[in-house]
Amino acid sequence: MLAKVRTFALEGVDGVPVTVEVDVRRGLPAFSVVGLPDRAVRESRERVRAALANSGVNFPQQRVTVNLAPASLRKTGPSFDLAIAVAVVAADGGLPDGDLRDAVCGELSLSGEIRPIRGALAMALAARRGGVERMLVPVANAPESALADGLEVIGVPTLVELLELLRGDRTAEPAVPALAVDGADHDGPDLADVRGQADARRALEIAAAGGHNLLMIGPPGAGKTMLARRLPGILPPPTMAEAIEITKVQGAAGLARGGLVTERPFRAPHHTISASGLVGGGVPPRPGEITLAHYGVLFLDELPEFARTALEALRQPMEEGEVTVVRGQRAVTYPARAMLVAACNGCPCARTAGDCTCNDVDRIRYARRLSGPLLDRIDLVCELGQPPPPVLVGSRPVVEGSNRVRERVETARRIQDDRPSGGRIQVSKAAAARAQLWHLSGRGQDRVLRLARTIADLAGADEVEGDHLDEAIGYRMSDPLRAAA
Amino acid sequence: MIDACEGCLTRGHRDASESLDIDAVCVHSDAFPAPLRDLSQPPPVLYATRIDRVTGLDEPSAAVVGSRRPSEYGRTVAYALGRGLGAAGVPVVSGLALGIDAIAQRGSLDGGGRTIAVLACGVDVAYPRTNRRLYERIREHGSILSEMPPGTRPCRWLFPARNRIMAALGDVTVVVEAAQRSGTLITADCAADLGRDVAAVPGQVTADVAAGTNGLLRSGAALVTGPQDVLDLLFGVGARELPPDAGPELGPQERRVLEAIARGYDIDGLGAELGLSAAALRATLARLELQGLIRRAPSGAYVPAA
Repeated sequence: MLAKVRTFALEGVDGVPVTVEVDVRRGLPAFSVVGLPDRAVRESRERVRAALANSGVNFPQQRVTVNLAPASLRKTGPSFDLAIAVAVVAADGGLPDGDLRDAVCGELSLSGEIRPIRGALAMALAARRGGVERMLVPVANAPESALADGLEVIGVPTLVELLELLRGDRTAEPAVPALAVDGADHDGPDLADVRGQADARRALEIAAAGGHNLLMIGPPGAGKTMLARRLPGILPPPTMAEAIEITKVQGAAGLARGGLVTERPFRAPHHTISASGLVGGGVPPRPGEITLAHYGVLFLDELPEFARTALEALRQPMEEGEVTVVRGQRAVTYPARAMLVAACNGCPCARTAGDCTCNDVDRIRYARRLSGPLLDRIDLVCELGQPPPPVLVGSRPVVEGSNRVRERVETARRIQDDRPSGGRIQVSKAAAARAQLWHLSGRGQDRVLRLARTIADLAGADEVEGDHLDEAIGYRMSDPLRAAA
Repeated sequence: MIDACEGCLTRGHRDASESLDIDAVCVHSDAFPAPLRDLSQPPPVLYATRIDRVTGLDEPSAAVVGSRRPSEYGRTVAYALGRGLGAAGVPVVSGLALGIDAIAQRGSLDGGGRTIAVLACGVDVAYPRTNRRLYERIREHGSILSEMPPGTRPCRWLFPARNRIMAALGDVTVVVEAAQRSGTLITADCAADLGRDVAAVPGQVTADVAAGTNGLLRSGAALVTGPQDVLDLLFGVGARELPPDAGPELGPQERRVLEAIARGYDIDGLGAELGLSAAALRATLARLELQGLIRRAPSGAYVPAA
């Protein structure tokens, strides 16, 4: 007898529908899986056999053939276990209907328990797109999958319960989506912890308001990493659609913590990372750090120490907001809309300006290690000095916290959203004259103008004024970097 | 303009110069800069982007040369010299090399002066590449010279030969920073051999880049502390005053920031000291930089321009 069960494979960060077909007929007892399975999928035979036995179901002593359709798609991972087990039972006549209406995803343990899988939300979203009404998933994944609106998701703990549910011997409540608590207050690191560095704080605020990429230059211990970690906290909280996308991506990468991710991700890969680690790759392809930082912040500390190939690989995703990885016969597209924050020392000796022993040639060589085209995509450069000494006795100065800064950023972003896109940037007469004086040309002018527009938005100004332009110009690159760019 | 006899300038070099719009004058031409005839071996042909700006000089000129790896002190002095001489109308001759040469020439252009760059490669080759922006500025407002035909790539043995031309063109040669065994000292030696004045800026006795200059002072070079000293050497003491660097009108905020930078505050210190917001401070600093009153140190920090 033939049975069909719908399930989903993970391709990139999206679910792809897969139909598990099982044919049970007389012949020598055998259990084979076809349809481009990888090792983990082929091993599922053993898990399915043991899980069924331990759940009190007799494994058919006949010839069992499992096909994973479409047969051209390479299947990886253990998430097909559950669908195969259910289809085997259905094909053996153990369920009222051979053609199941529900979709099933999950990994089995030998005891028949259902284990969580990667990409539960991506699969649920694909199920909704494919017109599935009810989806049965591991209990641990249920709150995440239930975020797919309009799809009934039921979390199931064991194979026994799942079979009872399908036979109609048991009813279950649909899972409740794990929505955000109240996203208003951010519980990550707070800007109030940063002493001094007024200039860098301002740069961070502008970067957040305009989504500009930022490069911080300063000696070790100046607080570059500390500041970068506080950027997600001053960005507006993700919208519902963004949060679902973030959850989907993190879930597909196996980073999900079981509910809606309401904070923007912050990723700080080590500088020894390879190009494929940064933008995605490998066999089978895995998302890179820029995808994991989707809608959040990608922080590259010690920027010149990164492999040139890795930095070069970042250019296209930064431009297009997504990256396509081609491996063998597959092309996978990952979303990659992250803000870039980079940090480096001012010179190779990494001392403060007064103690520095580097000469121009050393500095230029250090700056050259940065990829010019990557620097082209960085709008703001700010230099950090040593922070003021800690206040050990007496009251500490009161510093503005992340919440206050975020309010201003949100106001500026609202102004930007209300402005028709694609229009020319309105510049006051005084500012236009200033631009002439600076001999700004082409791309440099464009970059400075966009930055000045953001600064004007923070100030609530309709037109870019001279002061806004001056400040924007103050954040452009210093000489050795410019020489490299 | 091409003014060279058949025997001095080969047809190929003549055609190359014409097509690149480069002036070429031979030693027999009236347009050949007279100071170069003092050399025991003057260049047979001199190539220039604008020879009229070299021959037509009615002011004495100063060669300002120095280390390719200057200290912060050397940079400040070199820029001040270039800018002051530029403002006083004295052309600055130098070699467009990294470090002191380029800084002095940049100062000269910023001061509104004409600067002459003598290259070891062809005049159409912008070397070192780091200075190509400066090269373009000099092409526009000054002149680029070389005795090598267009297209010649730089080779290490061409640099000492280039140095003799700088020494001959400058009525005084000012060395800003030079180590003990420095190519810059070749220029100073040439200048001394030609009977030109040699001057040096004193440096810290403990600094490597000051060993050469302090050595020059010991052997009798004139001591230079600023552009006025160079003017005194060229025109006689008190004959020519350094024009006041008028500079643009400064608002009170700009003035306060400028004074604080001179006292060595960094950007965060400035904000705290003057009570300015980060935004206002960046904008003010950018304006001061535009007016050429402050500049960025290689670390990115703002320092006084002179």
